[in-house]
Amino acid sequence: MTSDLIVFLVLSLVAIATALGMVFSRNSVYSALFLVLNFVTVAVFYLLLGAPFIAMSQITVYAGAIMVLFLFVIMLLGAESLAPAKALPWQKPLAFTLAVVLVVEAVYLIVSRAQQGMSITAPDASINNMNSLRELAMQLFSQYLLPFEVTSILLLVAMVGAIVLTRQEKGGK
Amino acid sequence: MDWTIWLEWVLKGLILCLVLLTGFAYLTWYERRALARIQIRVGPNRAGPQGLLQPIADAVKLIFKEELTPAKVYKTIFILAPVLTVVPSLIIAAVIPLGSKFMFFGREITLYIADLNVGVLYLASIASIAVYGIVLAGWSSNNKYAMLGGIRSSAQMISYELSLGLCFVIAILLGNSMNLNEIVDAQKDMWFAVIQPAGALVFLIVTLAEVNRAPFDMPEAEQELTAGYHAEYSGMKFALFFMAEYQKMIVICMIAATLFFGGYREFWFLQGTIFSVDRFWFLGPVYLLLKVVVLLFFMIWIRATWPRIRYDRLMAFGWKVLLPLSLVLAFITATGILLAQELNNRLFFWGIPVLSIICALVAVVFIYRNLRRKSHGRV
Repeated sequence: MTSDLIVFLVLSLVAIATALGMVFSRNSVYSALFLVLNFVTVAVFYLLLGAPFIAMSQITVYAGAIMVLFLFVIMLLGAESLAPAKALPWQKPLAFTLAVVLVVEAVYLIVSRAQQGMSITAPDASINNMNSLRELAMQLFSQYLLPFEVTSILLLVAMVGAIVLTRQEKGGK
Repeated sequence: MDWTIWLEWVLKGLILCLVLLTGFAYLTWYERRALARIQIRVGPNRAGPQGLLQPIADAVKLIFKEELTPAKVYKTIFILAPVLTVVPSLIIAAVIPLGSKFMFFGREITLYIADLNVGVLYLASIASIAVYGIVLAGWSSNNKYAMLGGIRSSAQMISYELSLGLCFVIAILLGNSMNLNEIVDAQKDMWFAVIQPAGALVFLIVTLAEVNRAPFDMPEAEQELTAGYHAEYSGMKFALFFMAEYQKMIVICMIAATLFFGGYREFWFLQGTIFSVDRFWFLGPVYLLLKVVVLLFFMIWIRATWPRIRYDRLMAFGWKVLLPLSLVLAFITATGILLAQELNNRLFFWGIPVLSIICALVAVVFIYRNLRRKSHGRV
């Protein structure tokens, strides 16, 4: 459908522009805001792919929770615009190499898939209905229960760690 | 796609926005009159009969007020922040069903804008986005008071969002769906507030904190923070914050009515009578309006009678009382529904309200003992 294509193109432009803006912005609050916009655009991509559940979780978790905490830290530390720190000497070549590897890998995957005649299509739009949300939950809590629990324990450890680090010692100070 | 569908959407969106804007204007009038009555005053009664033209007079005043932009603000964000506060308060209403449907020139018109199958999640995500306006307003003002006010109120909103999410979970469990229309339909025979009274109560408390209303109106703690995050705003920009607050009040009451008080549906004992929504579609919005007005009155009543909670107690209340309580309530609800289904026994289902009321009482006792110990320790 052409209207979908137009929406997709405009959105990709916005996504790329906000990603670039995030990297190049001198003020870290603006960077954070660009990143929020980027997350929201990605959420709209999920909507286009017929996955409203993932789209909404993307907005709630990334744009709504994580980025607000980022903004908090930036504002509380007063780190809006620090003087440019001296770059690490090995950082630039390493980043460049890794970027090249990523591009080569992506191109290889796309070309090899195209040769095998497998088109890269959107997932089935039937994700759209509530039943498959139920299906998702079923899968998550039966087949993938162990990874799910491990992830939640990881988050719990992070939480406990944060509390331990910020807690004042008893009797001290 | 048919162009009439587009027309229908645009018209419905416009009408909803207009309703919310008028609602905002008259909510200020309603609040001032109700507060005055509670404080044995008269309230605004000069402009028009019963002061009904007062909101219009206020709007004219605000439009013609001088608008200051302080010199050292971050200008782009300073201008963007009020907009970012108003927009979520408007678009969150898109999924709330205002009524059933009716035929109009052979077209079936539904009384909601979007029938989203993840409607409750939509509410949660927009509520979490709403923090940005306040944080950014506080930061971009380049003023310590504004900054502290912004950080305070957003910390409060984030903390109470957890309990809000768990209350959403309760409604989803009881309605067996994330679609708000289906949740309303599931309450045909029994409001969720009857099945889960403690959940509804927690939801109402949490929504007060979410919209920064008394007794959780930290950003407006004048004696500590001047005016909080909107200290530097004037004229129409200030009016936008004001508007967002009151629209959020209306919308949050609509959500509370939809999730726990039967939405646009009639009282369950009116089913099948002439007052049923199934008979006359236009009764739907009327019932919803009635419920919203009653809930709003409770908000105003609380503001008139309760002092503001101290900030550390507010956070402690959110994290140590409301969050564990709502977790337990969600657990009780899920277990009750599961047991009632598996053992086919309605008795377990009625265990939900009993157990949740007991849990709420335990929480109340905990707060009481805690406060008493603290006050005794200080003397």
